[in-house]
Amino acid sequence: MTRSGRRVVLIWLLAMLAGAAVVWNSRFTADMSFFLPARPSAEQQVLVDQLKDGAVARLLMVAIVGGDGGQRAALSRDLRGRLARMPEFAAVQNGEAGSLDADRDFLFRHRYLLSPAVAAERFTVDGLRTTIADSIDRLASPAGMMLKTLLPRDPTGELFAQLGQLNPGAQPASQAGVWASADGERALLLIQTRAPGADTDGQEAAIRTIHEQFAAVTSAAGITDAHLQLSGPGLFAVKSRATIKGDVTRLSAIGTLAIVAVLFFVYRSLRLLTLGLLPVLSGALAGIVAVSLAYGTVFGITVGFGSALIGEAVDYSIYYFVQSGRSGVAAWQARFWPTIRLGVLTSVCGFGALIFSGFPGLAQLGLYALSGVATAAIVTRFVLPHLAGERIVVRDLVPLGGALQRAMRSLSRLRWPALVLALAATAYLAGEHDRLWSSNLSVLSTTSRDDAAADQALRADLGTSDSRFMVVVNGADRETTLQAAERAGRALADLQTAGTIAGYDSPARFLPSRALQAARRASLPAADELRPRLQAALADSPLAASKLEGFIADVAATRQAPDVDRPDLDGTGLGLAVDALLLQRPGGWSAVLPLRLADDGQATAISAVRQALAGSGALTIDLKGELDTLYNDYLYEAVLLALAGFAAIVALLAATLRSPRRLAAVLLPLALAVLFVVAGLHLSGEHLHLLHLVGMLLIVAVGSNYALFFDRAGKLDNDTLASMGVANLTTAIGFGTLGLSQVPMLHAIGVTVGPGAVLALLLAAIFVPRETVA
Amino acid sequence: MKRLFAGLLLLGLALPVFAAFDVTQLMNDLARHKGGTAKFVEKKYIALLDRPVVSTGELTYSAPDRLEKRTLTPKPETLRLDKDLLSIEREKQKLSINLANQPEALAFVDSLRGTLNGNRTALEKNYLLHLSGNPEKWVLTLLPSEQKIAALVQRITVSGSRDQIRSIEYLQADGDRSLLLIEPLADK
Repeated sequence: MTRSGRRVVLIWLLAMLAGAAVVWNSRFTADMSFFLPARPSAEQQVLVDQLKDGAVARLLMVAIVGGDGGQRAALSRDLRGRLARMPEFAAVQNGEAGSLDADRDFLFRHRYLLSPAVAAERFTVDGLRTTIADSIDRLASPAGMMLKTLLPRDPTGELFAQLGQLNPGAQPASQAGVWASADGERALLLIQTRAPGADTDGQEAAIRTIHEQFAAVTSAAGITDAHLQLSGPGLFAVKSRATIKGDVTRLSAIGTLAIVAVLFFVYRSLRLLTLGLLPVLSGALAGIVAVSLAYGTVFGITVGFGSALIGEAVDYSIYYFVQSGRSGVAAWQARFWPTIRLGVLTSVCGFGALIFSGFPGLAQLGLYALSGVATAAIVTRFVLPHLAGERIVVRDLVPLGGALQRAMRSLSRLRWPALVLALAATAYLAGEHDRLWSSNLSVLSTTSRDDAAADQALRADLGTSDSRFMVVVNGADRETTLQAAERAGRALADLQTAGTIAGYDSPARFLPSRALQAARRASLPAADELRPRLQAALADSPLAASKLEGFIADVAATRQAPDVDRPDLDGTGLGLAVDALLLQRPGGWSAVLPLRLADDGQATAISAVRQALAGSGALTIDLKGELDTLYNDYLYEAVLLALAGFAAIVALLAATLRSPRRLAAVLLPLALAVLFVVAGLHLSGEHLHLLHLVGMLLIVAVGSNYALFFDRAGKLDNDTLASMGVANLTTAIGFGTLGLSQVPMLHAIGVTVGPGAVLALLLAAIFVPRETVA
Repeated sequence: MKRLFAGLLLLGLALPVFAAFDVTQLMNDLARHKGGTAKFVEKKYIALLDRPVVSTGELTYSAPDRLEKRTLTPKPETLRLDKDLLSIEREKQKLSINLANQPEALAFVDSLRGTLNGNRTALEKNYLLHLSGNPEKWVLTLLPSEQKIAALVQRITVSGSRDQIRSIEYLQADGDRSLLLIEPLADK
């Protein structure tokens, strides 16, 4: 090795070591942030917050199946008893009587600061007369009976006023005193984890704890035929991560093994095999390093793309070994390198376009593949010759090349059939145009159909709404945010009175702003004012004022009491509701006011809410709508990026080839390959989405590498042809392996680019200019 | 002598009738009643208040487990019991309670429902039954046998004539009581 050669290899080794150090310290994740927008709008930010930190994302639904009704109820009580004591769980509900006592106590204790009815006129003689008469009337009702013991302390019915605001909603059915499914076959629990939805480790630990405790509960009860069903966003996140992890390991292993086998068949040399894999390893390492440095976090799916990268990056060393074997390194660098470099550049254009995507997962894939391919090519060109030396003995591939030459000659007879087939495919796709694309982000989700159905069933039994519609207000601090929530709440209360909406929730209900608490406190009369007013108000009432000393004392105590603050809510389910609906974010706070709408006329109701809140700075949001919009934004952007990437590739080729005819000869096979792949996928029942579109761009970017050889390399000798065949095979294996993935994103790219790369080579051979063929 | 004979004869005829009037007989009579509409006046005597709270309205019963209580005064309110689902409508508010969730409330409701449809099993699940009087004028007393229910209600006294219930008195554990007087309108 020359001195300069040693220097190059040393630099490469140091770079690899530095890269390994970066990878060692990288943060890998397999959570949903892959899908969440990098540059969210205000509405999308709400969506992101809800998915990461919202109450719904922390909800786990649990069903106990098996045993008899009594056993299930006993298990449910025991399980709740154990889980409720654990710090991992913010709330565990199973419909047991008495489980809401803490909430009611809180509402009663702080009623004069919390009740929406508290106002100065309520404590005048007239106000007291009316409200107390109402409370007495309520005693006639069974609903009022439970308030009887509270009457002496709460004659104006402030607890009743508060309860009236809460969601009376449908409760789950019940069996033996605990929640059960409608058919009575499953006992149900609702569990809220302390860990946010985005904390997949926390969710996994919580789910494991639930299973462990259930096992303990059943064995303590000696029940063997009961088991647990569990669903919720946390479970989906955990399962999805497991799927991605499993896929990454499995696919990388399959892809690597297959490619190594092909290479060994070609090289018949362990030394060349090892050397040939060095550019690939360098590329894979560089890809992760680039992503880690640029984004801080590496997505599991990005790493899963590795097998495709291996398949493509290994091409360069194949070209090098096979093509330089006969002609020598210098000749290779002069004759073939420009073509390979142009192919690398087209790949870079294709992957590079993805970097500009607002879809973080796609941007990472782009950067990863770009850095990987570029690095592999550079290492092949500048490092590999020093390591491999002049003595490159590859198994004689002339027979293979010869066979390919003969195949090519027969392939060129397929020009017209290929064109006819292309016309047919075009007509077919034009006819199917409206059914080609699915327009839903869920197509990218790893959640299986069975899991989704089980989730739906549990949700229906528990009557948990999907919490689609909400109003969100923002503020610089908690106080201003709560005040904004109260203003929005007043507008929503008017809509509720008008019957436009069925109801709404608000964190300000249980944690009013200090301003509102001060106003309520100021409206309370002093004891020596209240007492004579009561006397006057109750002159003709069956209730004697003398029995209401408890009321007078409580009002007086509230006048001196401090504001209700977050710690006062500890130990109640309401504290949980407040935490879920009042979020602190970098730069401010936001309050979420979920809306309850009747099933029909939701669109009208939502536009009425928008109108009522217009100009107030409050956002009215339909989460499902936002998700759909998000996907459509991604799709729209992907179309633009694919077109831009394609345009860049065409421009690059046009500038290099300098001949419209040669440009057309390179592009035609690529366009046909895309056309055939899309038609084939649709024909086989595959629902096309965003990532198929990306795959189409990659067919052009990757496939052009092969088409270019036919244009540039002049008459193709047997070695060159053989190297192209082998390189194409490894690429097809690399991408094709992704087609086996259960992760829809990887699967889509795999099934598009794998066949696409092979078709690109075949079609390039079919349409090769006549003079190139021997 | 003739009168004595006639008296004995009457007694002889009457005795089996009286002897047969036990809880089973009453339950059979009640079970035969398929429903109807009645006016009611309910008076609640509450220690806290100097006068009873009086409410009036209509009761509609349809065997075996549908009951509607429409209070007209002092405040309109509708209470509907359909199997185990109790719904209350009042001042635009609607509240549904699944009684299966609330065993105490269910026992309470069962006292009324069990009497209306003559379901002895349901009644005896939670109460000891004591019957006095005759088919024309009977009084059925229910004493809670379960501690949980006894903590709510001391005694329930139902009185009636044939298959018609005329009054129900609930004596609550705290000494308050409510008296429901029923006046049938017309049998359906």
